[in-house]
Amino acid sequence: MTDDVLLTILIVLPFVGSLLAATFRPNARNSEAWLAGGVALVCLFLLISAYPAIVEREVLRSEAEWIPALGLGFSLRLDGFAWMFALLVTGIGFLVVLYARYYMSPKDPVPRFFSFLLAFMGSMLGIVIAGNLIILLLFWELTSIFSFLLIGYWNHTAGARDGARMALVVTGFGGVALLAGVVLIGQIVGSYDLDQVLASGEAIRSHVLYLPALILILLGTLTKSAQFPFHFWLPNAMAAPTPVSALLHSATMVKAGVFLLTRLWPVMAGTPEWFWLLGLAGMAALVLGAFFAIFQHDLKGLLAYSTISHLGLITMLLSLGSPLGAVAAIFHMMNHATFKASLFMAAGIIDHETGTRDMRKLGGLFHYMPVTATLAMVASAAMAGVPLLNGFLSKEMFFAEAIETHVSSLLDTSQPYVAVLASTFAVTYSLRFISSVFFGAKPDDLPREPHEPPFWMRVPSMFLVLACLVVGIFPAATVGPYLLTAVQSVLGTRTPVFSLAVWHGFNLPLIMSAVALVAGALLYLALRNYLRHSPEGPPLLRHLNGRHLFERGVVVLSLKWSRAAEMFVSTRRLQPQLRILLLAAALAALVPFSMGSLSLRWPTGSDIDPALALVWLAGAACAIGAAYQAKYHRLVALVLLGGAGLATCITFAWFSAPDLALTQLLVEIVTTILILLGLRWLPKRFEEITTEENPWRRRLRRSRDLGIAFVVGAGMATLAYAVMVLPLPETIGSYFLERAYTEGGGRNVVNVILVDFRGFDTLGEITVLAVVALTIFALLRRFRPAPDNIGSPQQQRRQNAFDEAEPDRKAGDTLGDYLLVPSVIMKWLFPVIIVLAIYLFLRGHDLPGGGFAAGITLATAFILQYLASGTTWVEDRLRILPVNWIGLSLLLAALTGMGSWLFGYPFLTSHSQYLDIPLIGRVPAATAMFFDLGVFGLVVGATVLTLIALAHQSVRKLRAARTTTAQAVREEG
Amino acid sequence: MALLLATCIGILAGSGVWLLLRPRTYQVVIGLSLCALAVNLFIFSMGRLRSGAPPVLSSTAGALADYADPVPQALVLTAIVIGFATTALLLVVLLAARGFTGTDHVDGQER
Repeated sequence: MTDDVLLTILIVLPFVGSLLAATFRPNARNSEAWLAGGVALVCLFLLISAYPAIVEREVLRSEAEWIPALGLGFSLRLDGFAWMFALLVTGIGFLVVLYARYYMSPKDPVPRFFSFLLAFMGSMLGIVIAGNLIILLLFWELTSIFSFLLIGYWNHTAGARDGARMALVVTGFGGVALLAGVVLIGQIVGSYDLDQVLASGEAIRSHVLYLPALILILLGTLTKSAQFPFHFWLPNAMAAPTPVSALLHSATMVKAGVFLLTRLWPVMAGTPEWFWLLGLAGMAALVLGAFFAIFQHDLKGLLAYSTISHLGLITMLLSLGSPLGAVAAIFHMMNHATFKASLFMAAGIIDHETGTRDMRKLGGLFHYMPVTATLAMVASAAMAGVPLLNGFLSKEMFFAEAIETHVSSLLDTSQPYVAVLASTFAVTYSLRFISSVFFGAKPDDLPREPHEPPFWMRVPSMFLVLACLVVGIFPAATVGPYLLTAVQSVLGTRTPVFSLAVWHGFNLPLIMSAVALVAGALLYLALRNYLRHSPEGPPLLRHLNGRHLFERGVVVLSLKWSRAAEMFVSTRRLQPQLRILLLAAALAALVPFSMGSLSLRWPTGSDIDPALALVWLAGAACAIGAAYQAKYHRLVALVLLGGAGLATCITFAWFSAPDLALTQLLVEIVTTILILLGLRWLPKRFEEITTEENPWRRRLRRSRDLGIAFVVGAGMATLAYAVMVLPLPETIGSYFLERAYTEGGGRNVVNVILVDFRGFDTLGEITVLAVVALTIFALLRRFRPAPDNIGSPQQQRRQNAFDEAEPDRKAGDTLGDYLLVPSVIMKWLFPVIIVLAIYLFLRGHDLPGGGFAAGITLATAFILQYLASGTTWVEDRLRILPVNWIGLSLLLAALTGMGSWLFGYPFLTSHSQYLDIPLIGRVPAATAMFFDLGVFGLVVGATVLTLIALAHQSVRKLRAARTTTAQAVREEG
Repeated sequence: MALLLATCIGILAGSGVWLLLRPRTYQVVIGLSLCALAVNLFIFSMGRLRSGAPPVLSSTAGALADYADPVPQALVLTAIVIGFATTALLLVVLLAARGFTGTDHVDGQER
């Protein structure tokens, strides 16, 4: 298998598995586990089979093109260190899948869980085997996202949601910092390729941007690895299902930070800045994490703080800048992953079998689950650093390094003491974990009767504990060569001579270990009674809660400050926004004048036709009148709007645009009906009511708006005039005029443009029309009018009162007689208008008409029937089904377009010819006609649907909008 | 003629803008319709004004010298129909808002 194939499978397989896992049934625990476990195993075997090649050639590479313009390749790279890490990810991943099969309850929707878990595994592998820093960052962010989804898996609990959000915000913030840091590194090196970056250590360390880059990268890595002061997200992430904690919070994700630090160690370590920044952060996490861990009552909380402390240990080892420190760091990453994952599994088993994780409630479980207890005891002994276990070996290396002087300073001098102190705490909390859960009095108030878990649930933990023991007893024979490969790939020629042995003679580190063990045990005995009843959290520092600080910060930043900023620079009021928009548009329109590309000639009014001038005298009066009357006399304003529309329509006809005149006239009709239907739902408004507003202020406001209206109107007039007096240059219009008949087969050029040349645009437009109509339909289905509009209108009430008063009349008679003659005419006009619509449609390709005009005409025919006889009468006799019209017409238009594919032409190519039809004669026929039929039907459907949906509101039984909601909205706003 | 039409476009736009800046939703609907008329006429006038030359071919091919420019007309034709649809949508949204907030002020609350 070539390197390319191997690395690609490693990175692609988990994501493919993730997609597949998402499709299973909600309770398919077994098949999910088989799938996820299978994926993890395949990756694991691929890695194992790649080991000889890595020993032989050091690095396996794969390069694929990604964004060549930026010099970025999708490069993957597997060396010894990456191999070791990938082995941890897939190996522990496999064990966690096995464990999760038994941990997850049948009620949990497992496809989501396993899908996210596999995707996380893929992202983590991506970080590990990324061959350039940008790819690494990409997968880095993916781990943040999938960790968010996994922590929040039980999204019905507030703790899970908060913990997930906190983890995402903190690690996401770190991700941004890391991106900036990586970009700086890229600027220094001139490439993001890992090999080139690793070869430019000297250049990076001596560059002026070294310190900013270092700080940014440390922000990214320390947040990811939950180091002080960003550690607080990890304990809150314990709301995740325990398998997630076992994988993410012990072995993989939190290790991504220290992984990257190790990766960059050869190029960035060894400077005083590195030593101080990293050393202080690591030491703080080491001591505080261990100290806080003692006082946690939640089993997983204890483990989380212990993880912070152990990661602090690794960070501190890396900060030293000595090769032996790096060796110890890499070794401890492996050791910590094994014992911590197994402890998390034990905690999950205890929680699963007893129903609680509170150490104050637990006790005496050794009696019920001896196997689990033994496994947990061995793993915690490894955590405490007891000899003959793997934790002991890396801790001894740590002690040995702590004694050495690296950069003489107070920090360096204090290291041995701090190391012993932290180890003491580690012994204390490990002892507490064991003694409070498995020994002591038997609990009497557990939610469930405890017993051993299923055998296979214990197997993963058993395997890991076995690894702790084997590595702890025979280190050189088991992990020795693999560790050497990993170390060599990081340190290269600087690889030191190190010996992995249990017994190094009677030396200082051994004494330190002994002191820590004894002191830790004594400390536990001293604290035991206090811990049994104390509240959660360490004494004195209990109120210094990172979580509270974080939440307050979030509230201040995302609520208070953003509100303040909104108050300061923005408004929710429509009118100021529109004012600014209009003024900006007016200013923008001035640009062509000021650039000199448009010049004004003094107008001459000599060629004005008096007839059209008269039309527009009326039209302008209508427009101004509508503007003046729209507040108190809505019906008048509507009529006047129609007048202005009519003037526009005549203008179109006057200036050689018969199609526009026709369409404008028809649209005026439906617009008027539409707004008439809406009038019913508006509140009454009387001129007599005056507001308390200061009349001067009101006058000022109105003059300002009048000024804006004048400026916009005058500006538009000037612009229109300036363009209209210019001679028409050669436009694309001539292209269409020349080809409309020869290529489109029609004489009406406007129609040919719409249905043929620019048919794709028209398809888009009718789609918009359909969307709008359906939106209106959907909005009106849940329509709740204001309470004062619920009753019948005044006119209807008066008519009904009259009917009731007269003995020989029934209610509704007057309404039935209303406009009797016109309504009879309207009924008789129905077939006539339909014929007119068909006529307009058929002639559209050659003469004014076409789908749009014909569609509105037919819609008008339907609407007239509603007007003449009322909704109930019409719908008893005629079912129009406008939604079907819309759907089928859109389908027809699209299919016509696709039809040209059959003949090997692009979408919406049309064909035209003349057909001889008996009796009628030669008739033009173009495929564009089918498209126009689609337009026609859609316009009918959309117009009718809109108007009928609105008309139906008057005959529906309506419920008023709840005034409480209205009040709530008012108060909120 | 250009002067006449330009003035009318200005008057339509000015009346429409005045209404757009008013606080009542109905005024905004009417204002938007007036603005739509002004804008349609404006776009149409960019093809220049010619009488008696509709772009309906009498022979198999035409030239810009004999016919009015069909492109602005095609643009405006769809704009008229879409204008109706958006007016309808605006009206319905405003009606729903009026039912929900109890007021016909554009901001959903009296100021």
